[in-house]
Amino acid sequence: MLKKFLIGFVAVIVSLWFLTPVVLIVIASLTPSSDFYDPQKLFPTKLTLDHLYKLFVVLDGWKATLNSLEVAGISIGLSFLVGLPAGFALTRYVFPGKNAFRLSILLTRSFPVMIIAVPLLVLYIRIGISDTLLGVALAHTSMILPFVVLITSSILSGISVEYEEAGMIFGLSRFGAFAKITLPLALPGLAASAIFAFIMSWNEVFIASVLTLINRTLPAHILNTAMTSPDYFKFAAGTVMALPAMVFIFFTRKYLMSMWGISLK
Amino acid sequence: MVYRKDIIPFLLLLPTLAYLVLFLGYPLVQTFILAFTSDKGAFGNFQQLISTGEFWKTLKNTLLITGVVVPLQLVLALLLALFVNMRFRGYTIVLYIISIPLALSDVSAALMSYSIFAPMGYLNKLLLKLDIIQYPIYFFGFMFKTREFWVIVLTEVWRATPLVFVIILAGLQAVNKEYLEAADIFGFSAWQKFRKIILPILKPSILSALLIRTIFAFQIFGVVWLLAGRDIPILAGEAFYWQTEVNNAHMASAYALIIALVSLIISWAYLTFLKPAQGSTA
Amino acid sequence: MAQVRLENVKKYFGHVKALDGIDLVVEDQKFVVLLGPSGCGKTTLLRCISGLEKVTDGRIYFDGEDVTGLPPRNRNISMVFQSYAVWPHMKVYENIAYPMKIKKYEKSEIEKRVEWAARLLNIHELLDRYPAQLSGGQRQRVAVARAIVLEPAVLLMDEPLSNLDALLRVMMRSELKKLQERLGTTTIYVTHDQVEAMTMGDMIAVMNAGKIQQYGTPEEIYHKPANLFVAGFIGSPRMNFLEMEVQSKDGAVIFNSETLEIDCPKHLLDKIRDFSQNRVVLGIRPEHIHLSRVESAYPLKGEVYFTERLGSDTIVHFKVNEVRIVAKIPSDVILREGERVEFFLDLSKLHVFDPETGRNLG
Repeated sequence: MLKKFLIGFVAVIVSLWFLTPVVLIVIASLTPSSDFYDPQKLFPTKLTLDHLYKLFVVLDGWKATLNSLEVAGISIGLSFLVGLPAGFALTRYVFPGKNAFRLSILLTRSFPVMIIAVPLLVLYIRIGISDTLLGVALAHTSMILPFVVLITSSILSGISVEYEEAGMIFGLSRFGAFAKITLPLALPGLAASAIFAFIMSWNEVFIASVLTLINRTLPAHILNTAMTSPDYFKFAAGTVMALPAMVFIFFTRKYLMSMWGISLK
Repeated sequence: MVYRKDIIPFLLLLPTLAYLVLFLGYPLVQTFILAFTSDKGAFGNFQQLISTGEFWKTLKNTLLITGVVVPLQLVLALLLALFVNMRFRGYTIVLYIISIPLALSDVSAALMSYSIFAPMGYLNKLLLKLDIIQYPIYFFGFMFKTREFWVIVLTEVWRATPLVFVIILAGLQAVNKEYLEAADIFGFSAWQKFRKIILPILKPSILSALLIRTIFAFQIFGVVWLLAGRDIPILAGEAFYWQTEVNNAHMASAYALIIALVSLIISWAYLTFLKPAQGSTA
Repeated sequence: MAQVRLENVKKYFGHVKALDGIDLVVEDQKFVVLLGPSGCGKTTLLRCISGLEKVTDGRIYFDGEDVTGLPPRNRNISMVFQSYAVWPHMKVYENIAYPMKIKKYEKSEIEKRVEWAARLLNIHELLDRYPAQLSGGQRQRVAVARAIVLEPAVLLMDEPLSNLDALLRVMMRSELKKLQERLGTTTIYVTHDQVEAMTMGDMIAVMNAGKIQQYGTPEEIYHKPANLFVAGFIGSPRMNFLEMEVQSKDGAVIFNSETLEIDCPKHLLDKIRDFSQNRVVLGIRPEHIHLSRVESAYPLKGEVYFTERLGSDTIVHFKVNEVRIVAKIPSDVILREGERVEFFLDLSKLHVFDPETGRNLG
């Protein structure tokens, strides 16, 4: 009985510790300025969407959000297009140099990707794609791609090769068997990893800030304007940054362990 | 002959290889070139970097944050993982709540911190309301660097402990229950079970969690930049500053290179000093 | 329906010789079992025949047509996998129909054939279910239905019964065999289970270390094992092997070791005389050792060392001096451990092997 109570108590404390800051910033983003600067009002007496409106409309937040979505979209598309075949090769073929390849992919995961930002900017200026979303997306892809290779390889290896071989026996080509049998089976896992890839790009701030000046993604926009903006802007921005990530992680919670396990090994 | 070596896997790898060479390898080489070109010879940037004195402060700050944050995260994550692994009723909800920060960016985590520690943030308002203080406590600004430092540490611990937690929990779930049952039969105490069975089995997980967290902590940027600006200079922040505000790609690359170099040394150190020990216990 | 002919088929994985020159002819409409211990190459051979694996060297012919370079889909084969590989995202009906859909059959034809195959395998009730809702045995029936629905030239089966429980396995054994006889499809069946091989196969190819050790009917494999490996692999308990020296004594030929002496039976005399070495390995199956005198029996005295009562029979381990001999006797005879007993070897069933090459001299 006492043990049960203790466990419940610790569980509540732990949950509060991790939830409180998230809840607080959401409330803060909805708190009218008058209430916010009133030291007697710990919590607002009424809620307002003013700050979010200002962030989106007056302070270009809407454009930055769209930019972020575009960058994430291109990065996900590109990294799956390039990385899925490699993930497939890693699970379904035996070939010399396989381990070396896997290892070097793993190594790039511990490589500080941020350091490519500066030289890329130099390169982008030369080829005329500086301060473009494409440029940011290309850089984000090199950050996401190793993750995609490893995660697709792990997802595909969870799907028995015999399903695919049965497809080949019963009339499909190697590619056909992959497209018609394995891919549909892998789809939930691939969707979850796409969401993770989305979060990686959505949250990335250093590269995006270095590579752009006007066409900024949301985090880059916030980073470079927050310090000179009023507090309520910061709270609105923090809330907007946090919400999609939390929604997405909710949908992928089943894959949480394996995803982070893979992406960090 | 019909039976030539299968080239299909190599064709499948080719796009990835090409992309990484182009967008990771090439910039890496360029970083070297940029860092080692200046008006004052190959090492001009580094000479300037060291001579300003700013660099040592930067390196010290970065190491300090890493050195404080990572051990704290490890201990907290270990406790959390052991707790969640008790699998009490509703533990999946707690697991989900703990993993929320995983999806949050450093930018939003920093702003959450700010909402609490700002002059009119929740903490100050609470203390004012309870009449514990008469004037707000300032946590930010270059006069309060120590306070800034601890807010940053707290934010990082809050934000990234779940990362370590998830890795350790995954390792914990792989511990065969029969090992522990065998220990029960032989009369191990709870502490002995943890010390002699769980910890050794967890060692690889802890190791990879430590490695990855140390490297990431060394690249810390968003949280510090937002909460302290250049009050507390850190390596990535200086690289960013030299690039975007001074427009000096050479100095920025020099800083970037140092981040890469230290990351490399850290990885190497973990792998050499800790791996053999693990092998000998296995 | 087709005859399958393999000519010197080799498959190397790096330096590992998984298949080391396989020659094999599977006659049309026959049920051939590839039998061997794990790692002997039997599954690799099946996969080479299917086309899932490319051979390193050698040729494969179906009805005289060279199919070596053809991908699986052009070989007119089908296969039942060890895990059944019933596609989990398709219902049973779709699983069986899919091979025909790929080959663009008419819808009515597809329906007719699925109906036929489902009735044949007794899974008619299950057509509307997903594989996850089926038991292992039901899934296996689906896999078989899918494999026969197009009446392939060659049907390949890779340990299809190994994931079933014992009772179901025995039932499916006879059912599969009956099905094959009815359809007359040339079938190649991989297993490591000798009972399956003996009961199902028209012909058995015993494999070891990437080579076919013996290819023959179940009777030939059992009664005339080609070498020590086959003799030891087939039969349970294992055949007794005794290393002996060949000697002449009073004009007769005898086998002698430090502890045993056995007269050479007549049917082996000529073979022994032609054999140049003087050391041999004798082989006698436990079921050919009796407690009562039979014709051509050779008496030995031994001590009962250990007995295993199986219910139907009893396995007795005798010790003759220091040599251990295993016999299978009726279970109604009760022997106590330590008892001294006279027992009889049926010398007409004795095998003699060359200890160097393992070849059966008989």
